[in-house]
Amino acid sequence: MLNMIWAFMILGGILCGVLTGHVEELSCAALESAGDAITLCITMAGVVALWMGLMEIAKESGLVERMTKGIAPFLHFLFPRIPKGHPALEHISTNVIANILGLGWACTPAGLKAMEALADLEKERGNPPQVASNEMCTFLIFNISSLQLVPVNMIAYRSQYGSANPARIIAPALLATLISTLVAIAFCKWKDRKEPPMKGRMEDETRAGGEAK
Amino acid sequence: MMTQVSNFIIPAVIFLVVGFGVLGHVKIYESFLKGASDGLKIVVEIVPTLIGLMMGVGILRASGFFTLLERALAPVAALFGFPAQILSLLTVKLFSSSAATGLVLDVFATYGPDSYPGLITSIVMSCTETVFYTMSVYFLAAKVTKTRYTLTGALLSTAAGTIAGIILAAAIA
Repeated sequence: MLNMIWAFMILGGILCGVLTGHVEELSCAALESAGDAITLCITMAGVVALWMGLMEIAKESGLVERMTKGIAPFLHFLFPRIPKGHPALEHISTNVIANILGLGWACTPAGLKAMEALADLEKERGNPPQVASNEMCTFLIFNISSLQLVPVNMIAYRSQYGSANPARIIAPALLATLISTLVAIAFCKWKDRKEPPMKGRMEDETRAGGEAK
Repeated sequence: MMTQVSNFIIPAVIFLVVGFGVLGHVKIYESFLKGASDGLKIVVEIVPTLIGLMMGVGILRASGFFTLLERALAPVAALFGFPAQILSLLTVKLFSSSAATGLVLDVFATYGPDSYPGLITSIVMSCTETVFYTMSVYFLAAKVTKTRYTLTGALLSTAAGTIAGIILAAAIA
C-alpha cells in the first residue's frame, strides 16, 4: 500500500511540477524536507523516550497488568461470546491497553495475535474461515475508533512547530476519541443484534421462520 | 477549563506511574532508562520513514499538486469554514498514518499549531486511525477475505470522531 502511495507522491509530484512549471521548487523541496525530517526526529526522540521510559516503569510495577484485569469486565461486555480464559481475550486486552497508553509499537503484535486467536475460535465453532466473525468486526472497529489517553506524537509535533501550549489538545482529543469509540460500540452492538453470529444466525432463522435476514 | 484538564494529564500520569513504581519496589530509574533507550531505538527506526514521506509530501507540495486538489475541494471545505488542506489530510489519514504526518506538519508550518486549522488537525489526527491500513494488516493475519460490516463501522466511527474534533477545535480556538 505504502509503495503505491509513495510512488504516486514522487512520480505524480514531479510530473505535476513539470507540467505546471514548478521545476526549480522541486529540487529545493526534496532536499529541504529531508533535512526537516531530521530536525523533527530530534524533538520526537525526547518525547518518545520519556514516554517509553515511564511505560517501562508501569510494566515493571504491575500497573499494566492491573489495568488488564480492570478492563476484563468491559471486554466481557464487548465480546460476550468469547469463552472466559480464551487466549483471544488476553491478546485483545494487551492490545487495548497498549492503545490507551499510546504504545503504538506494542499494539500491533498483540492485535495480530488476537486476530489469529479469533480465527482459531471460529474454526472451533465450525464456521467458514474466510468470513469475519462478529468478534473480529467488533475488535477491529473498536481498535480503529482509537482510544488514546495522551497523543504523544502529536504533542511532540506541536512543540516542534512552536505551539504556545502543546498539551492543550489532550482533553478535546480525549473527548473526540471517546465519542468515536462510543459510536463504534453502539454500531457493533446493533449489528450483533441485527446480524447474529454465524452459528446463532441459523438457529434464529428457523425460529423466526426465515424472516430474519 | 478544557485546557486546564489537558495541562493536568501529563503530570498526573507521570506522578501516578512513578508513585506506583516506588510502591511496587521497582528500580524505577533503571526501568526508566531501559524504556527510554527502547524509545530512542523506535525513533531511529522511523527516521527513514519520515525522511521518505516528508520528501514525498515536499515534492507534491512544491509541484502545485495540493493547490490543484484544494482548488477542487475548496467549495466543500468552505461549507465548514476550514482550509481545503484539512480535507486532503483526512483522506490521506485513512490509508497511511506516516503519510498523514507529513501533511500535518505542513498545516502546522503554514497556519501554526494553535490556529483553528492547526487545532482541527491536532485533535482529529489524535482521535482517528488508519482505517484501510489497519483493516488490511489485521484481516491478513486472520486470513479473512469477507470483512462484512467492518468498513462501515470503522468509517462511521471515524466520521463521528472527525466531526466531534472539528466542533471541539472551534470551541477552543
